[in-house]
Amino acid sequence: MSSSALPQTDTAEAQPLGPTRTPAFEQRLAKRYRAERNFRRIGMSAVIFSVAVLVFLLGNMLFNGIAGFQRAELEVTIDFPTSGVTGDAVSLTAPSAMQTLEMQGLPDVIQFFAEAQVGKDAAEQISSDAWRDVAAALADDPDLITRSAVFHLPTTSALASGLQGEGAPEIQALAQKLASEGKLARNWDWGFLSRSDATSPQAVGIWGALKGSMLTMLVTLVLAFPIGVLSALYLEEYAPRNRWTDIIEVSISNLAAVPSIIFGLLGLAVFLALFPGLRSAPLIGGMTLALMTMPVIVISGRNAIKAVPPSIRDGALAIGASPVQVVFHHVLPLALPGMLTGTIIGMARALGETAPLLLIGMRIFVATPPEGFASPATVLPMQIFLWSDEIDRGFVERTSAAIIVLLVFLLTMNGLAIYLRNKFEKRW
Amino acid sequence: MTVIHPNMADENAKIRARDVCVYYGDKAAIDHVSIDISPNYVTAFIGPSGCGKSTFLRCFNRMNDTISAAKVTGLIELDGEDIHGSRMDVVQLRARVGMVFQKPNPFPKSIYENIAYGPKIHGLAEKKADLDIVVERSLTRAGLWDEVKDRLEDSGTALSGGQQQRLCIARAIAVDPEVILMDEPASALDPIATAKIEELIDELSGRYAIVIVTHSMQQAARVSQRTAFFHLGKMVEYGPTSEIFTNPIEERTKDYITGRYG
Repeated sequence: MSSSALPQTDTAEAQPLGPTRTPAFEQRLAKRYRAERNFRRIGMSAVIFSVAVLVFLLGNMLFNGIAGFQRAELEVTIDFPTSGVTGDAVSLTAPSAMQTLEMQGLPDVIQFFAEAQVGKDAAEQISSDAWRDVAAALADDPDLITRSAVFHLPTTSALASGLQGEGAPEIQALAQKLASEGKLARNWDWGFLSRSDATSPQAVGIWGALKGSMLTMLVTLVLAFPIGVLSALYLEEYAPRNRWTDIIEVSISNLAAVPSIIFGLLGLAVFLALFPGLRSAPLIGGMTLALMTMPVIVISGRNAIKAVPPSIRDGALAIGASPVQVVFHHVLPLALPGMLTGTIIGMARALGETAPLLLIGMRIFVATPPEGFASPATVLPMQIFLWSDEIDRGFVERTSAAIIVLLVFLLTMNGLAIYLRNKFEKRW
Repeated sequence: MTVIHPNMADENAKIRARDVCVYYGDKAAIDHVSIDISPNYVTAFIGPSGCGKSTFLRCFNRMNDTISAAKVTGLIELDGEDIHGSRMDVVQLRARVGMVFQKPNPFPKSIYENIAYGPKIHGLAEKKADLDIVVERSLTRAGLWDEVKDRLEDSGTALSGGQQQRLCIARAIAVDPEVILMDEPASALDPIATAKIEELIDELSGRYAIVIVTHSMQQAARVSQRTAFFHLGKMVEYGPTSEIFTNPIEERTKDYITGRYG
C-alpha cells in the first residue's frame, strides 16, 4: 500500500490536490465499495441457499406427510339388530366394553357383513384391528346398536398399497375393482392424531408419542428452567470470584458441549438405579433431558444478566434496595427475555433428542398413551425413529406425518416462548 | 497538606469524615481526607478528573461496597453515628442518604413506578392513595410534576435526558432522605437542562444537605455555599465557596481556579 501511495504523493505535489482527492484515492474508494457489494452478495446467497434448503425440506415433508394423514378405508354397513351383538348405554361405555364386544364376536360379525357386501377376498383385507374402531364408535354413540350403520374400516396395508398401484397384481386388481365400486377409498384419517402405536401402519397414531413428548418436556422445563435461572443468578450476582467458581464456570460450559448420549448413560446409571420402577417413564426422560438443557439456560442466563446495565443496579442500590430486591425487582425482569431465548434453544434441542432416551428405555412399543409421568411412554423423535425402521411401505408416509407433527409441536412451543419473551421485553 | 478555612468545623455536622482513605487494590484513591458537611448547605467537591472526588462521595452511602476491589478506612459519621458500625444498616443508610448519578438511570418502568419504588420497598406508604401523594409531592419538588402528570404510566426511559435526571432526583427524594449526594448530575445534559437542575438544587438546599461533585467550576460557584478542592486523592482546600473562588489560600487551588490545569 505505502509503496504504491508514494508516487501519487509526487503527482500530488505537481498538482495542488489533497491526498483524498487523487485518482488513486478514488480507485481505492471504488474498491472499498466493491468489497462491500461482494460481501453483501455472499451474505445474500448464503441466506437464499438456507431458505431454499428449508423450503425443499419442508415441501418434501409436507408432500409425503399429507399422505400419512390419510388411509385406505373399506366401506362396510353393519346391521346391529341382526348381528347378535348386544349392549346398552351402560355396558358399551364401560371400560370393559372392548373385551365384552370381542367376546360377543364383534370381529367375526364385521367379517360376516363385509363378506356379504364386498366379497370374501376383500373382507380378508380388513385390518385385524378394525373392530376396535367399531367398538370405539359404539362407545361414542351407544344408540348405534339399535340400527344399521355405515363404517369406514381400515384395510390391511397390502390392500392400501394395492390402491396406490403397488404390490401383487391380484391385490392391485382387487383394489381397482373395489375403488371403482366406491367401496374402497383413501380418506382423511383424523384418528392418526388420537391413536397410539400399532403393528399395522393403517392402525397407528401419533397421540401416544405426542403425549409422551409433552409430559417429558414439561418435566424438563419444570426442572431445568428454575435450576438454570437460579444457578445463573447465584453465579452472576452472589458467588465470589475465586478458583471454585472458575471451576464451576468451566464445568457448566463443558456440560453444554457433552454429547447427548452421555446424558443417557448418566440417566441410566443414576436415575434408573434410584428409581428402577420408572423405566421408560416421562419423569426419568424429563430428568435426563433437564440435565442436558440446564447448562444452556445457565450460560444464556448469565449472559443476559451481564447485559443488564450496571446503572440500573446502582440506581436500585442507592435508593436502599437490598441485594435480593435488586435481583428480583430489576435484574431478573430485564434478563428474563434473554433467559427465555436460551430456554427456547435448550428445549428445542431436548424435544428433538433421541439418543439419551434410547438408554433409559423410551424405545418401546406404546399401544396406549401414557397415563401420567410414571407410566411407560415414548416421544415423537423416538416414534419417528421406530417407524422409519419398519419394513412395511405404509410406515414411510406415517413417518413423514409424524415428522410434521413434531415440527408443528416445535413451532408451537417456540411460538409460545417468543410470545412470552416479547411480552416481558423492556427497553431502556 | 490540607488548608481548611476558619469556621469550617461544625458541631452539628450532618456528615463527619475523619482520616478517610479509599484503596483500589494497593492504590490509594483517597488519602486521609477529613471533612465536616453541614446541613442546610450545598457542598461542592471540585477538582481535576481522577482526583477521587466521586470516590469520596460514594463513601457517604457506602456505594463503594459494591466494588469488590475498593477498601474504605477511617471514620465516617452520619449524625454522629458510624456508618460502618454494627448498628448502622446499609439499606437504612441508603434510605437516609440518597444519590443521583452522572448518567440519568431511571428504571425501565413507568414514571409512577420509578418514584413509588423506594417508598414501597421501605414500607413508607402502604396504600395506593398514600403512594399517589408521595409521587405527586416528589415530582412537584423535582419540578417535573407539570410536565409528566398526564403520563405517569409512560416509561421513565421515554423522557428527555434532563427530565430523566429530574426523575432520578424525584426518586431520591421520594424516600425523604436527609442527605442527597449528586455525582456530576448535569454533566450529561445540555445547558438548558443543566440550568433547570441547578435551579432545583437551589430549591432543595434548604430541605436537604446536598453534596455535589462537579468538574464545572462555574456550576460549583453557582450552586454551592461550601467548596472542597481535591487533587490527586487529597483534599487541598475546603472553605466557603466565595472564599475558594476569590481568595484561595493554596497555590494549587489558585492554579486550578484560574485554569492553569484541570
